[in-house]
Amino acid sequence: MAVLDFIVNILSTPAILVGLLALVGLCLQRKPIEDVVKGTIKTIVGFLVLSAGAGFLQTGSLLAFGELFNYAFNMQGVVPNNEAVVADALQNFGTSSALIMAIGMALNIVLARFSRMPYIFLTGHHTLYMACMIAVILGGAGHLEGAALYLAGGCLLALIMVLSPAYCQVTFRKVTGSDGVALGHFGGLGYWFAGLVGRLFAKDPNRKSTEEISFPKRLIFLRDTTVSISITMMIFFLIVVAVAVAKGLLGIVPAGTDPKAAAALLEPYGLTVANVGGLLNIGTETTSNWIVWALTSGMSFAGGVYIILSGVRLIIGEIVPAFKGIADKLVPGAKPALDCPVAFTYAPNAVIIGFLSSFVGGIVGLLILNGVNAAIPVALILPGVVPHFFCGATAGVFGNAEGGLKGCIAGSFAHGLLITFLPMVCMPVFSALGYVGSTFSDADFSWMGIVFGNAVNFAQGGLLVAVCVIAFLLPIVYNFVAPKKNEA
Amino acid sequence: MAIRKIMCACGSGLGSSLIVHMNTEEVVKKLGHPEVEVDHTTISDINPTAADLFVVGADLGDFISGIPEEQKVVLSNILDKAELEEKLKAHLG
Repeated sequence: MAVLDFIVNILSTPAILVGLLALVGLCLQRKPIEDVVKGTIKTIVGFLVLSAGAGFLQTGSLLAFGELFNYAFNMQGVVPNNEAVVADALQNFGTSSALIMAIGMALNIVLARFSRMPYIFLTGHHTLYMACMIAVILGGAGHLEGAALYLAGGCLLALIMVLSPAYCQVTFRKVTGSDGVALGHFGGLGYWFAGLVGRLFAKDPNRKSTEEISFPKRLIFLRDTTVSISITMMIFFLIVVAVAVAKGLLGIVPAGTDPKAAAALLEPYGLTVANVGGLLNIGTETTSNWIVWALTSGMSFAGGVYIILSGVRLIIGEIVPAFKGIADKLVPGAKPALDCPVAFTYAPNAVIIGFLSSFVGGIVGLLILNGVNAAIPVALILPGVVPHFFCGATAGVFGNAEGGLKGCIAGSFAHGLLITFLPMVCMPVFSALGYVGSTFSDADFSWMGIVFGNAVNFAQGGLLVAVCVIAFLLPIVYNFVAPKKNEA
Repeated sequence: MAIRKIMCACGSGLGSSLIVHMNTEEVVKKLGHPEVEVDHTTISDINPTAADLFVVGADLGDFISGIPEEQKVVLSNILDKAELEEKLKAHLG
């Protein structure tokens, strides 16, 4: 029994489980023993680093931001950031996420081989994030457990891993001028949408590509995620704290109050000592100015994301090459689906224009949400620079490929609106599960979250598993049943 | 200067730099330098002492202006292995 307990314990420790996945991958590639040891250990450490980053992000800034936003504006403010929500969710759904990821990658190979979508999804961090989101939805909201959860989740993950590159490919083959590579990034729906909007300008007689105009490239420094997250979060924190201070935040707790008494004073406002104690100087020796606190909290958010990204890098650094090696052997003619910056070199101007236009779309979307909020309470989705930079830039490249400069501007503006409204619609699903301060930013996470987060209300248990498995099998059945188009 | 470590970089150091990392490893072996260490990271972490050679896509060429020319490989197509091989050859000999 002791041995069995030990094995169960290993398999239910997410860090060790992902290490074992890397171990299997490395052995299947027949790597030398030192590489196997190195890769396995780095993967496990990566998971632990990620957990540490999640903790720091939560206690260092995200929780405080949520409480203060609520106090200042009487509504829920949400910072869309994949890393923040994934790192938090992995604490509770680590084991199922890891197993869904493994099964999903295996089934991705099956789909690539037997459906008409021959894509191998190589953007490992998005595979991990999507596995985590599916685990939260099917396990948390759908109450699936054990093998049923892993199977259903793996099927859904595999499906989106080929579906997303497939609908991106409509426009992406015009970007690259070939059909050999695909885009593997779960902002896919947004890029497809940007391409669609861009196509409205396809017949414009004065059509000009973004690359024919000269455009300042200095904004490229925002590609550095640490810098761009710091800047946006400092601005958000400054605004929120300033409004809170104007509403009398600093007067709630008199100086010198001990933490217990302060907690009682703060409670009616929905604030806690743990999160805003530093701002209000409760139980601290030194006093800090609220502006300084807002700036350091904003940068702490960036610090948290930096730690999480380092962890994610260690985890996927070993798993993705193994996945690619195996897929190359099993699926002849597979097309690799790669992360969105592969699109950037094809149209560097569209990258900057797309970012700006998408960001403006995000701000307009925020204003619209604010108006809607007067009628029906909704969560306010704040425009984060990271999703608008990476996804908005890619949307710009797509819009440009379909409709030139005008297509780029219109397509990425529409994308900016889309990635503001989709998370808003998706938010109730995550709020119900306790994820309130942050949500997924990119479009595919949102639509999957909306569809399956609501599907679990209609289908439970065996039926839910059946729905997921059937969704996975459909493209394969279609391939064998539907007549093939003449490829001449 | 002998190249011992090559660093591939992209915006968040997760996706495209890992692809370039895998390609670089393959090319370095093909060129007969299996001893060269290859890694990938975010552009936040780039500084001249972090590695002997840095590989980035053309969209980030301006971004790493702090790195001396002889330590840079800027790819106009980050997926093109032939371009990568030609440019690495110039550095590795």
